Amino acid sequence: MAIPITVNRKKRMVEAEGDKPLLWVLREDLDMPGTKFGCGAGLCGACTVILDGVAVRSCQTPIADAAGKQITTIEGVSALPVGKKVVEAWLDIDVPQCGYCQAGQIMSATALLTQTPKPSADDILGGMNGNICRCATYVRIEKAIRKAAGLEQA
Amino acid sequence: MNAPTLSRRSFIAASLAGGATLTFEAQLAFAASPMLPEPVTLNAFIRVMADNSVVIGAKNPEIGQGVKVMLPMLIAEELDISWEQVRIEQTDADQAKYGPQVAGGSTATPMNWLPMRQAGAAARAMLVAAAARQWGVDAATLSTEAGRVLDKAGGRSATYAALARAAAAETAPDLAKVPLKDPAAFRIIGQSKKGVDVPKIVSGQPLFGIDTRLPGMVHAALVKCPAIGGTLAKVDDAAARAVPGVIAVVPISSGQCPAGKMDALAVVANSWWTAHKAREKLSVEWDTAAQDGFSTEGYARAAADLLPKAPAATIFKAGDADAALAGAAKVITADYSYPFLAHATLEPQNCTALWHADGKLEFWAPTQNPGNGRKDVAAMLGIAPEAMTIHMTRIGGGFGRRLMNDYMVLAAQVAKALPGKPVKLLFDRTDDLRNDYYRPAGWHRFTAGLDAQGQVVAFKDHFITFGADGKAIRAAELSSTEYPAPVLPNVHMGQSFLATNLTTGWLRAPSSNALAFVFQSFMDELAEAAGTDLPELMRRTLGPARELPTERQGLVFHTGRARAVIDAVTKLAGWTGKPSTTPGKANESKGRGFGFYFSHRGYFAEVADVTVADGAVKVDKVWIAGDIGSQIINPINAEHQSQGAAIEGLAQALVLQPIVQEQGRVTAENFGEFPLLRMDGKPGEIALEWVKSDFPPTGLGEPALPPVIPAVANAIYRATGKRLRSLPLNLG
Repeated sequence: MAIPITVNRKKRMVEAEGDKPLLWVLREDLDMPGTKFGCGAGLCGACTVILDGVAVRSCQTPIADAAGKQITTIEGVSALPVGKKVVEAWLDIDVPQCGYCQAGQIMSATALLTQTPKPSADDILGGMNGNICRCATYVRIEKAIRKAAGLEQA
Repeated sequence: MNAPTLSRRSFIAASLAGGATLTFEAQLAFAASPMLPEPVTLNAFIRVMADNSVVIGAKNPEIGQGVKVMLPMLIAEELDISWEQVRIEQTDADQAKYGPQVAGGSTATPMNWLPMRQAGAAARAMLVAAAARQWGVDAATLSTEAGRVLDKAGGRSATYAALARAAAAETAPDLAKVPLKDPAAFRIIGQSKKGVDVPKIVSGQPLFGIDTRLPGMVHAALVKCPAIGGTLAKVDDAAARAVPGVIAVVPISSGQCPAGKMDALAVVANSWWTAHKAREKLSVEWDTAAQDGFSTEGYARAAADLLPKAPAATIFKAGDADAALAGAAKVITADYSYPFLAHATLEPQNCTALWHADGKLEFWAPTQNPGNGRKDVAAMLGIAPEAMTIHMTRIGGGFGRRLMNDYMVLAAQVAKALPGKPVKLLFDRTDDLRNDYYRPAGWHRFTAGLDAQGQVVAFKDHFITFGADGKAIRAAELSSTEYPAPVLPNVHMGQSFLATNLTTGWLRAPSSNALAFVFQSFMDELAEAAGTDLPELMRRTLGPARELPTERQGLVFHTGRARAVIDAVTKLAGWTGKPSTTPGKANESKGRGFGFYFSHRGYFAEVADVTVADGAVKVDKVWIAGDIGSQIINPINAEHQSQGAAIEGLAQALVLQPIVQEQGRVTAENFGEFPLLRMDGKPGEIALEWVKSDFPPTGLGEPALPPVIPAVANAIYRATGKRLRSLPLNLG
């Protein structure tokens, strides 16, 4: 079926089964491989995108559910004012090791700071605990979020 | 893919003329522009561009350890260019051209510290020689700086770009004799350099193996025998083939190459999602009769039966341990164990392969060891190793999993069945967890004797591991020089073997991650029995500074270096054996523990403070002191690797659950059954101190990992009085 979606402010028409996960539509149909496949079960956060302002796991989001909604992915996150700050902090602090989970981390961090501009340590944990980093870059992830929020000079 | 357009090229050329600063991407486009002079190749690693930037080839697989920056730093330093001039490119796999290309064993630094610097210095010497010839002066009177050759006496200089063509015609100097910089003159080595791919990572550009996209590419999903080693008995694939988009179902024949045991089917479709879903339509029967008898429970029962018996084989013997035990004032015995673990790289195993019409094979492979992949594929398909081209992609986590190349062998077989079509094979998470090369489980019965003065006079270990014919299988070995065996008078270390159908392999800090836990925990028990603490028992047993041989040829264990990091971390943490803070709540208890380990040429001592409340363990702080030689090449990354390794140690200590096997099959499906450490498992703080020593620099992917595991176990004991002797540490 033809499904209209808006990705990074661009309107796109996707030809796909309605139950195909948004993750695979992005990666395969729209050639946007920035959003990553980690577990396919909503457990690792690698596939996180922002759907109408909320961080969601795109591997658990049937494309039909995304119809007509605003989708922001890692490829477009810098166009959001908060996303830009997050990405700059990530570059500044040199957060990634292997880098595979970082798109998801950045999307979750952007959603967190959009909702809670000055997060407490518990807020950060609440917003980020669903995103696994197998290289364990958590010290720098936390630092970058604090920097993006203007809570830390680094 | 990503080819610059003509208009873009024109724009870049125009902005160049205007002297604009170019981005990395623009530089690459600029390099590709036909309107500008050709780049000049000075050697396999160095290409000088017309704008005096230098493309440096990074030859090793990048798994997040930072080698893609570190190796070029070594080259750039001796080439004497500024870091701003450097453009880094991942090379293909070609060991004849580049030398060893492996991400494993923390070996990149020790193996490349000299060769990469020599490659840079040789190219610099050729540029200087070209300038000397051009100017008619003695090369010895010339100097270099930031990509220019300077003739200070003659008041002139030339860029490397201007000299490159002439330099390429100069004879390359003898690498072994080319002069290298005095470390005091280093301008790049020792300075923090950020990750070269980070701008691409934070903008979602394709980098990883899974991101490979080629014209006409098809996608393969895996159906693997549920018990590793089982064989395909019967398949009805008609319904799967009938799914729209499905192109083929390819049986992948059984193999026993090193990456082996892989009876499987590949469902190939025009999209991975389609292939993945079509798997449900297959009707498959497997023959697993030879595997059905293996189980986690069975291993534990068999190990328990073997522990009290005499070992099947001796690993190391010194003096007479039994006689010394009989005469000991105190005898301490304890059983330790650890489970099978998966690697669970976040990027699932994958590989893209293309079987060309001429029988040549091309790969886009996230592999830590492309050389072995080449050999495995050659053995499996009977083709020449030279008939393969292997492009190395960035890798979404290695941890040793990708030292094995099963995904290359599998993808190659599917590609062979579909010549001319690039095939991307991708495991799903369950495939990945159930088809790993697991960190093998192990069991140890330790018995030690102390004399009246608290000296360790006897030490025995009966190690139950996996193997056959008197030999441990991959990654299941115990070294004959495992500390403290070499320093004690009466030692007997022996082993007995269990059989398994599981494939085993190296998990970050292999062997060491498990052995540090069991040996340093048991030594903590000995220290207590001797009325002292573990740092002090280590100092006593280490004795004076000297080099002890190890089982690995050419690798020694320096007791003075060990002692120095032990002294450094105890000072850093203010070690008194007690935690830095007292319990804040009634149900809390706090403890502090210590661990030391020498692995992968690195000496690390670590202290951990833990808080235990209602059976839950929180790690408050970790102190790390490490000696990896004379030079920290890239401090920002060294800090990151140490933090990551220590936190992975905490994951192995507290979070990763045993890989469970029933009826030959691994039961874990996803991160529910095999949880990974999340942000809430991060320690409150990590303090790090480098102990510089007068030895060549060594690697850092691994050695900071092992000691934190016993440090936490020993801290839990101090907090609770409970000695936890199996991983993961669980207060139950």
